[in-house]
Order: sequence, then C-alpha cells, then structure tokens
Amino acid sequence: MATNDKLIQVIDLKKYYKKGEIKALDGITVDIDRGDVMVVIGPSGSGKSTFLRSLNLLEQPTSGTILFEGVDITNRKVNLNVHRQKMGMVFQHFNLFPHKTILENMILAPVEVKKVPKDKAKAKALELLDRVGLADRADTYPIQLSGGQKQRVAIVRALAMEPDVMLFDEPTSALDPEMVGEVLDVMRQLAHAGMTMVVVTHEMGFAREVGNRVVFMADGKLLEQGSPDDIFNHPQNERLKDFLAKVL
Amino acid sequence: MISSEGFQATFRYISMFVEGLVCTVSLSFLTVIFGFMLALVLAVLRLSPWQPFKRLGLDKNGHLREEGFLSALGRFNPLNFLATCYVEVFRATPMLVQLFIIYYIVFADVSLPTFKLFGSIRFDRFLPGVVALSLNSGAYLCEIIRSGIQSIDGGQTEAARSLGLTQTQNMRFIVLPQAIKNILPAIANEFVTIIKESSICYTIGVKEIMFAVASIKGATYRIGEPLIIATLVYFCLTFPTSKIIAHFERKMSRGDKR
Ligand SMILES: Nc1ncnc2c1ncn2[C@@H]1O[C@H](COP(=O)(O)OP(=O)(O)OP(=O)(O)O)[C@@H](O)[C@H]1O
Ligand SMILES: [Mg+2]
Repeated sequence: MATNDKLIQVIDLKKYYKKGEIKALDGITVDIDRGDVMVVIGPSGSGKSTFLRSLNLLEQPTSGTILFEGVDITNRKVNLNVHRQKMGMVFQHFNLFPHKTILENMILAPVEVKKVPKDKAKAKALELLDRVGLADRADTYPIQLSGGQKQRVAIVRALAMEPDVMLFDEPTSALDPEMVGEVLDVMRQLAHAGMTMVVVTHEMGFAREVGNRVVFMADGKLLEQGSPDDIFNHPQNERLKDFLAKVL
Repeated sequence: MISSEGFQATFRYISMFVEGLVCTVSLSFLTVIFGFMLALVLAVLRLSPWQPFKRLGLDKNGHLREEGFLSALGRFNPLNFLATCYVEVFRATPMLVQLFIIYYIVFADVSLPTFKLFGSIRFDRFLPGVVALSLNSGAYLCEIIRSGIQSIDGGQTEAARSLGLTQTQNMRFIVLPQAIKNILPAIANEFVTIIKESSICYTIGVKEIMFAVASIKGATYRIGEPLIIATLVYFCLTFPTSKIIAHFERKMSRGDKR
C-alpha cells in the first residue's frame, strides 16, 4: 500500500517552552509517506502530543520545517486553514461540539469550509455514521453517547472532510477498557482502506498489528524507528528496551 | 415622621410611581439590549486575532521571533488595545460622571425631538439616559462575555481549527453559541444591577421611580413615605427577577449533568 510518496516531511523540528528550559521537541526529522500507518510510542512527557499537534500547527514550532504535500506550512505566510482541512485530527477527549447534534457535528466543516451542499454533506455523513454503526444516533447530542461512540463519531467527523492524513492523539486513553476495542476496530478498518495515519498510543497490540512503522520518542527526541518487528522484537536503544520492559 | 396621613398624601400621586415604574423598566430593558450589543462587539475586538504588524514579528525564514521589540510589535493588536481602553475607562470612572458628560456635553448641541414615550417619558432626557447606561453596562457585559468565551474548553477551538474552520467561523459556530448559554445568568444579573443603577437618571430629569419620589416630595413635603414605596417597588422588581434567574440557572446546570 505504501507508495513511497512523501506526504509529510518533518525537518529538525523544535518546540521549546520557557525560553528553552523545556525542550518538548528537540530536533525531530522524519518522513511520513502516503499509506503509512506510523505509530508513535514513548514515555509520558516525551513530546508525542507536541509532535502530533505540530503537524497541523495547533502548536507553533520554535524552529524547523514541516513540508505537507511539498508546501512549508511552518511559514506563517501560508494559509493554514487550507492545509488543516486535509489533516483530520482525533483527540483523547473527543472534543465533539456539545451544542450540536451528531449530524450537525459532522456536516459543519464540509458545509462551511468546503462549501459542500447541505444535502450532499448530510448523505455523506449518514453513510460514514453507518460505517461505524451509529446512523441511528444522527439526531442525538454528544452527551447521550458513550465514550466509545463519541470517539467513533469524532473519527468520522474528521473523515467527512476527506483528509489526506489522520492524526490520532491517544484516541483510546480516556475510554473504559470495554470500549477500546470498538474504536481500535474503526482505526484498523481505516488503515486497511489505505488511509495515511499517525497514531500516538499506548496500545502496543495495535501498534504491532496495524502499524507499518513505529517511532520511539523520549525527551523530545526520536530515538529509534523501524518496523513493528524491529522495534518490539529487536530493540537497539537502551531507553527503548527500558520502556518496552515496562509496558509489555 | 412617617404617618398614615403621609401615605394617604403619597397615594394621591400613585400614578407617578406607575409612570416611574414603566420608565425604569423600559430604561433598563433598552440598556441591557444595547449594552449587550455593544459588549459583543467589544468582546470580539478584545479577542480578535488581528495583528497588522505580524510580518514585522517574523524572521527571514517566516518563523515567529522569540522576543524583543519586533516580536511585541508583531503580536500587537490595535483592536484589542482600543477595546481594552474603553472597558477600563468606563469601569474606572463613576456612572454619574459618565451620565453628566453624555447629557451635558455630548448631547448639549443635539436637538432631540421632544415627544413623550408612554405619555410621560420625555424622549430628549430618556435617550441620553439610555445611551449613558448602555455605554457603561457595555463595558461590564464585555468582561462577562469575554470570560464566558474564555471559559469554553480549548479543545473545542482545537477541534474546530483542525477541521479547517477559520478563527471567525470557530467563534460564530462553536464558541459563541456555547458561551452565550453559560453567561446568560450573569447577563440577567447585570439586568438587575441596571434596574437599580438606572435610578441615577433622575438627576437629568428622566421620570423614573426616583424622579417620582422627588416630585412627590416637592408636592407633599413628605420624603419618608415616598421612599418606602420606592424601596418596595424596586424590591418587587429585582427580587423576583433574581429568583427567576436562579431558577433557570439551576435548571440549566442540571441539563449539563444529564
Ligand atoms: N504549554 C506548555 N507549557 C510548558 N510546557 C509544556 C507545554 N505543553 C507541553 N509541555 C511540556 O512538553 C513536554 C512534552 O509534552 P507532551 O504533552 O508532548 O508529552 P506526551 O509525550 O504527549 O506525554 P503524555 O504521554 O503524558 O501525553 C512535557 O515535558 C510537557 O510538560
Ligand atoms: Mg500526550
């Protein structure tokens, strides 16, 4: 599936807080190809979220370059909104819009940003909801859904914009254990359908099974990367060995 | 000092209280509406992302400068600055001073039509009163709205922006609708405050409740009884209003926990 066609190129990305006292990202260089399912692992505070959030510039990096489809989006002169539409993002805490129904959540961006006609957007939204088994919930409000259902909606809400890449920041960390599976199922389907994905997760089973690349971060640095087999069965870096010993 | 004869004398002028009541209510109502519209504009200005000197805050690679004068200039937002000045000035000076400036200076050379609203309220006094009260409560309501907006979980904005919505669309579709719901009780409380503060307008001859007290005092040489009645009228106006607000506040927070 991977076509070796670079979708995102991250070059020496740095994010400092408090004038450099905290180095959340300390020089990350990595390419993400079309069709990649890149799983990012690492201990708490290692900069995984910061890395993911930098990719669509929710976090403004201190220095470094991010080329998305060949365009340097860290240059403040580019129109970010155009690029953000093409990067779907799924958050740990879902971030559904509580004052809007599920259907309204899904069609807002297609209608207002992409100017898709409302009935077309609705049809598409219902089709997506059907795919995750929630078509009958279209007219309810987020508060009436379980955590797993909310996250499934959040995923299809992002998909409704037909993004070129999906970014996931610990999508199952806020869920009750029995709901983790239903969300991972949706993500697995998405990966099999060829979607480019960057996933920050503590679900090592998922990383092993679905990821085609695994990246290990610690202290804001990318310490090791490779196939799931490389990372989980033949780790080189001591920090990674330590980390795996704790989580596996 | 206070006697039943006094009350009898006062009650002969009870129609003045009725007129005063109508005037106070319409004054407060218009003030809260215009004040809110002004406040909305001020709040949007205060939170606007406009940075006209943004490019001066960028280095040659197009990245944000870390510190220094150019960085500060790059972040400078004149709209926020002006709106903040407005809010601070109006909150830091007495209402009475503002009212007199509006009535005696701003409207000094404006010849307003002299017709009467509801048969008794002189428009040329009423309008400056509404304007002064609205300008003042706009400053307070602005801060209520601003804190309401800032109380919305940042994740909402992140989700909206990650979907490609612009800052303006995010405000309009995501943040404001949720913020307004949160701040409705505070706005209603401001309405109660305005009812009480509108009494200041009697100093420029607006025939609201305190004006009725002054007139009756002139006619009957009685002050205690008219004041007691005015107190009762104000209380009957504000107390149920705040109780109704508290009721809706409870009901709304219950809805959130569902
Ligand atoms: N706004 C901020 N101000 C200061 N420091 C911050 C800020 N945001 C993040 N950091 C710091 O940057 C570092 C990386 O944080 P980040 O959230 O990216 O880690 P993470 O790998 O996602 O951790 P977790 O697994 O706990 O989510 C941490 O040390 C964190 O304290
Ligand atoms: Mg994180």
